[in-house]
Amino acid sequence: MSTVKDFWMFMKERKKFWLAPVIIVFLLLGFAIAFASTSSAGAFVYTLF
Amino acid sequence: MKVLGISALYHDSAASIVVNGEIIAAAQEERFTRVKQDASFPVNAIQFCLAEAGIQLSELDAVVFYDKPLLKFERLLETYFFYAPKGILSFVKSMPVWINEKMFFKKLLKQSFKKIGELDWNKTKLLFPEHHLSHAASAFFPSRFDESAILTIDGVGEWATVSISKGSGNEIKVLKEINFPNSLGLLYSSFTYFLGFKVNSGEYKLMGMAPYGNLNSKEVDNFISIIKRELITLFPDGSFRLNQRYFNYATGLRMVKDKKWQKLFGIEKRRAESIISQQHCNLAIAIQKVTEEVVLLLAKEAKRLTGLDSICLAGGVALNCVSNGVLQRSGIFSEMYIQPASGDAGGALGAALAGYYIYFKKDRSVATVKYDLMKGSFLGPSFSNKEVRDELIKRKAVFAEYEDVESLLRETAKLIDKGNVIGWFQGKMEFGPRALGNRSIIGDPRNMEMQRKINLKIKYREGFRPFAPSVLEEDVSNFFDYKGSSPYMLEVHSLKSEHKVASNLISGFTTLKERLDSKECTFPATTHVDDSARIQTVSKDTNQRYWRLINAFKSLTGCPMVVNTSFNVRGEPMVSKPFDAYRCFMETEMDVLVIGDFLMHKDGQPEWKSLNSKKFKLD
Repeated sequence: MSTVKDFWMFMKERKKFWLAPVIIVFLLLGFAIAFASTSSAGAFVYTLF
Repeated sequence: MKVLGISALYHDSAASIVVNGEIIAAAQEERFTRVKQDASFPVNAIQFCLAEAGIQLSELDAVVFYDKPLLKFERLLETYFFYAPKGILSFVKSMPVWINEKMFFKKLLKQSFKKIGELDWNKTKLLFPEHHLSHAASAFFPSRFDESAILTIDGVGEWATVSISKGSGNEIKVLKEINFPNSLGLLYSSFTYFLGFKVNSGEYKLMGMAPYGNLNSKEVDNFISIIKRELITLFPDGSFRLNQRYFNYATGLRMVKDKKWQKLFGIEKRRAESIISQQHCNLAIAIQKVTEEVVLLLAKEAKRLTGLDSICLAGGVALNCVSNGVLQRSGIFSEMYIQPASGDAGGALGAALAGYYIYFKKDRSVATVKYDLMKGSFLGPSFSNKEVRDELIKRKAVFAEYEDVESLLRETAKLIDKGNVIGWFQGKMEFGPRALGNRSIIGDPRNMEMQRKINLKIKYREGFRPFAPSVLEEDVSNFFDYKGSSPYMLEVHSLKSEHKVASNLISGFTTLKERLDSKECTFPATTHVDDSARIQTVSKDTNQRYWRLINAFKSLTGCPMVVNTSFNVRGEPMVSKPFDAYRCFMETEMDVLVIGDFLMHKDGQPEWKSLNSKKFKLD
């Protein structure tokens, strides 16, 4: 719950409400991928995140 | 006021503690876990910092994380959104990392702290300064300047890849930023990747390889014009744009589009560990020159925006000591200060200082600061003679204990003069990537064979890689075209012409080895093929024992410098504990080891059964 609250505060602070649908769609997709696979940062030559 | 700074979960995790404005301790997690550039939560480093400050976790006023994870997530999502449907593979690979770890970062952080001790988060503030603000704070607040321009350049933080700020008293005001995907750090790393080295650690090799390039050749001119025409558009104010048609890092798994680069430069991507050709060296010098040009333009812009005479540098690109030397000699700023831990590990220190000065608005005075507040960057763990003796006895090591330090130093100086390679382990470990005389491998700079011996037989790395000279501060101007203090080995300057015995002919050599063999000067082991050296000046005030050792060597030989390289083998973090040092000593062809007041020769040591259960990754 605190993560959702953090996201809301973040969008408010950054005035980027247009990110909300992007976040929701990407997160749904992301959750689906995350549950289907394991952590894979090793696939990157260099991670930028 | 007690503030803990941490960097974690990206690369180079570290912790640092600031108490009432004094930097008490700082260390990288890799030194404890023995995993190079360890990104895990820095439990060991935090425990060390708390112990060094003599406080409990519950006594902390603030914990400051070195960047804003949500802002980084915003960059990630916006980048995928902008490039969609390109980047789907990268998205699929990165999302599990975010969803499983980084998105619930606060929870993860608080859980990690529970392993260390009790912390009341209602009482202790949890703060998140921006990545480049942490870098800027790490350079400006420990500096001797009351006011200064600050330039930070790295791969990427949240969005920013470059920032120009003005530091004034206890404030930092950001004046200008360049944002992802335009990044000088990532441009340099793209060449690191294309030339067959590991990104985020092989950049040093690229920089070390560059002087083997033939700057007077048409090929280098051609490479430079291709880079400036196709890869980077430079503007007079130092801002730049990278042509993303050639890069892959924003949405892919690799740094560049290999085939496009091969077509562009007319050379294949170099395979790791394969032979290095003159073409590779020419490409290395080309990107080094372009990098220097961008850094100079950015510095000019920082000067224009601030009107100040001093500059502080931080961020990964500030570890490019060749461009630092160029900036220093350019005279754009009369004074320059570079944070010795300029990479992300130093972000932990910057975060703590940003919390202390910016968030808590604590007063800052530089009236009594001589060079900086970094204590020579000796901020890590140290060990008493009793701890060292116990460890050596446990390992059944054969050693001599010197009660008189002067005798130990004289004996060590004699051994250096005889061509021995010495493991030198003293006092507090260095914070940052450079060994500055407490976790160093040292040797005779006049010895032609020294560079190859240390590179190939001790560090097991490429023979071309240069070493730095540790030179007595008062003698530096007698040997190099440089006057002043360079305690952190972050600037490259030329050997004085009288010490260049013969000029290094650029043409006529076909291999790197021939170029290396052609090196002729008074100090071949510490001088690169272009007669430059990454100087470390050693002052009596910051490292007395190291100064005395070099002085003993000078008394014996007239030479006021030694070869200095970090005490580790390739792919391994620098040694931290006496055991790490003894193991490294026994598993390499190092001749002598000095830990504290104890000296041991390789001959006479009991047979060593290799403990190399952990294979270090090559870089």
